[in-house]
Amino acid sequence: MSDQEASQTSGVIKKFLYVNRRAPHGSNYAQEGLEVALIGAAFEQDVAMAYIDDGVFQLKTDQDTSEIGTKNFSPTYRALGDYDVKKIYVERESLEKRGLTQDDLMPLVYEDEDDDWEEKPMINLVTAAELQDIIEQSDVVLNF
Amino acid sequence: MTIEVSGKSYETDEEGYLANLSDWNLELAEAMAKEDGCDLTENHWEVVNFLREYYDEYQIAPAVRVLTKAIGKRLGKDKGNSKYLYELFPYGPAKQACKYAGLPKPTGCV
Repeated sequence: MSDQEASQTSGVIKKFLYVNRRAPHGSNYAQEGLEVALIGAAFEQDVAMAYIDDGVFQLKTDQDTSEIGTKNFSPTYRALGDYDVKKIYVERESLEKRGLTQDDLMPLVYEDEDDDWEEKPMINLVTAAELQDIIEQSDVVLNF
Repeated sequence: MTIEVSGKSYETDEEGYLANLSDWNLELAEAMAKEDGCDLTENHWEVVNFLREYYDEYQIAPAVRVLTKAIGKRLGKDKGNSKYLYELFPYGPAKQACKYAGLPKPTGCV
């Protein structure tokens, strides 16, 4: 992004929520959703991510795509913090239904520039009801 | 499109970014820079190498704002600022340095 583009986009900051519902490697949705979110964040928008249904598998640790011949883009989730995305919501019910706990998810953190680069956790487990409120409070909701 | 270096030809996209990450070598980086009229100094290499490490770790090429912040953290505030980076890479630090690093166009560059 050039300086000129940056100045054109500054001003209006909207709350974007990217809702991810699909497993990571069976389709392009997960990778596309992540890239679009990063692009939004690069334009200095207020970006949050939500993971529900099979989407919770996107954050699973130790993904390995070597047998299916696709790119393992899961390390890119760790870049979200660099793009100043600090809010990741994972629906508790979806996680539990799939026999997963927070320990099965990548320990994603962001570095707080204003607090001597201290690493702070990004993943928040929320109930379906809490997530509903978060969706209602967002200006733009995009589904992937 | 292709770029020729020492009798070998390498595939690139229409903007000159290398098609296959694994084709990259030092000579190729220098040839790409030369086409843009840019001589790679130690300061350029510092950024190019940083980008290659970043890609290796995160599987993406960072947008310019992210690059600037990360360089500042790694190499100090006197290098982690737009002025310094644009002087090195006048076509845009992330865009131009990613090209020489053999990476795709940065995520967040439209």
